[in-house]
Amino acid sequence: MTEGYLRSDGRKGIRNTLVVAYLVECAHHVAREVAWPFREQGAHLIGFPGCFPNAYADRMLHQLCTHPNVGGVLLLSLGCESFNRRELEARVRASGRPVATLVIQEAGGTRRSIAEGRNWVERTLRELAAQPRSALPVRELVVGTICGGSDATSGITANPAMGRAFDQLVAQGATAIFEETGELIGCEAIMAERAARPALREELVACVAKAARHYATLGHGSFAPGNADGGLTTIEEKSMGAYSKSGQSPIAGIIKPGDVPPRGGLYLLDVVPDGEVRFGFANISDNAEIAELIACGSHLILFSTGRGSVVGSAIAPVIKVCANPETSRRLSDDMDIDAGRVLEGRGTLEEVGAEVFERVLRVAAGERTASEILGHQEFIMTYKSFTPLGPACLPS
Amino acid sequence: MQLHPQDNVVVLTRTVAAGERVCVGGVTVMIERALALGHKLAACDIPAGAPILKYGVSIGSAAVPIPAGAHVHTHNLRSNYLPTYLHATQQRYFEEHP
Repeated sequence: MTEGYLRSDGRKGIRNTLVVAYLVECAHHVAREVAWPFREQGAHLIGFPGCFPNAYADRMLHQLCTHPNVGGVLLLSLGCESFNRRELEARVRASGRPVATLVIQEAGGTRRSIAEGRNWVERTLRELAAQPRSALPVRELVVGTICGGSDATSGITANPAMGRAFDQLVAQGATAIFEETGELIGCEAIMAERAARPALREELVACVAKAARHYATLGHGSFAPGNADGGLTTIEEKSMGAYSKSGQSPIAGIIKPGDVPPRGGLYLLDVVPDGEVRFGFANISDNAEIAELIACGSHLILFSTGRGSVVGSAIAPVIKVCANPETSRRLSDDMDIDAGRVLEGRGTLEEVGAEVFERVLRVAAGERTASEILGHQEFIMTYKSFTPLGPACLPS
Repeated sequence: MQLHPQDNVVVLTRTVAAGERVCVGGVTVMIERALALGHKLAACDIPAGAPILKYGVSIGSAAVPIPAGAHVHTHNLRSNYLPTYLHATQQRYFEEHP
């Protein structure tokens, strides 16, 4: 049990960040300049680069700006982009958070906008320090998991260890989200057996089939050359390793980006867009998926890596669980947990799983992760489109 | 390390140097080039077209006959779903150094 920042919708945050969000690439530089001096005090930069309207981007930014880890929001608009800044500002204001919109064309250009933005951020950060706190039991935690920079050790050490931590979280009533249906290709049959309800079984198989079609249309699986250097040969081999991070709990439901699970349990986040393949690859890099896990309410992210990813994220802390003992030694500053020790007989999966669970609680209580200490706050979001969830996807 | 009793491949739990001898499935083989931990060796003779089993499930099919102890990777194992993307230099290296 720890304490969280209490928000008006009843959710509690484990961080109290002030988000600076650009609403088109044309406002990116100004937004970055506004946030940069305050990056150590909790100002995080996020944004959407496109000038064309997109319902997914609207929903993502709305969910991110009202995420429990977010205490206040500054929107940066050029002035002529399609993004509906008034609607987003109104929704953030309705959530009780301090919010302002800075329109560069109205504020008088780059220099004046940066000065005005920094004044607002400085003032609002002082205000956020007074945010009330309230008890945050484990059952209210939402934890997302992802693997990136995978190699053949990922599926043997870090992923199954994180799966054990997931099982422990779910057993205590927390919400656990795993994702990347493109990296579950080949596991659909065994995964479907874990569906909490018969109707969900077909949905699980269908969303992996959708992912296989999506990647086949684009001519590439979710597989990078570094995976092959690390001993992984095929997408289904990578999938089996990735799948093990979901643990053993029954699968309670399927969600799509921006859907907050209705109650505790294990959920699959379906990240592959619906309908005809448009806009390109489902998730162009790991942070695109991390942003989606956060938009679904994840307070923090468990990230397993074998080759050695160094990323963190805006808004939610990322705990790096390193699968490969050689990588752990080479990139020691970037890693939080050495799961590769299992391969060297220096620990068991159970011990590493327990360590991951304990670390989740400590990070939820405020302990900084390696990527937070190093200043990582990556964020990326691209065009996507989704249809609403089917009726079988969520628990009734 | 064999991950599942049904598997026909084993996984290296440490990096192996070129010229080292390792025992796999009852036969001792010489490793021709250095292999990083995590890479797979055939645990038995595997005919072309047979499934490669790891974690007890198929991770693809043998593209050619694979003798016991041989390195199993992109030169002799094909996905049954999507082709594996490699850099051109990497592809050549894996083909020339099986």
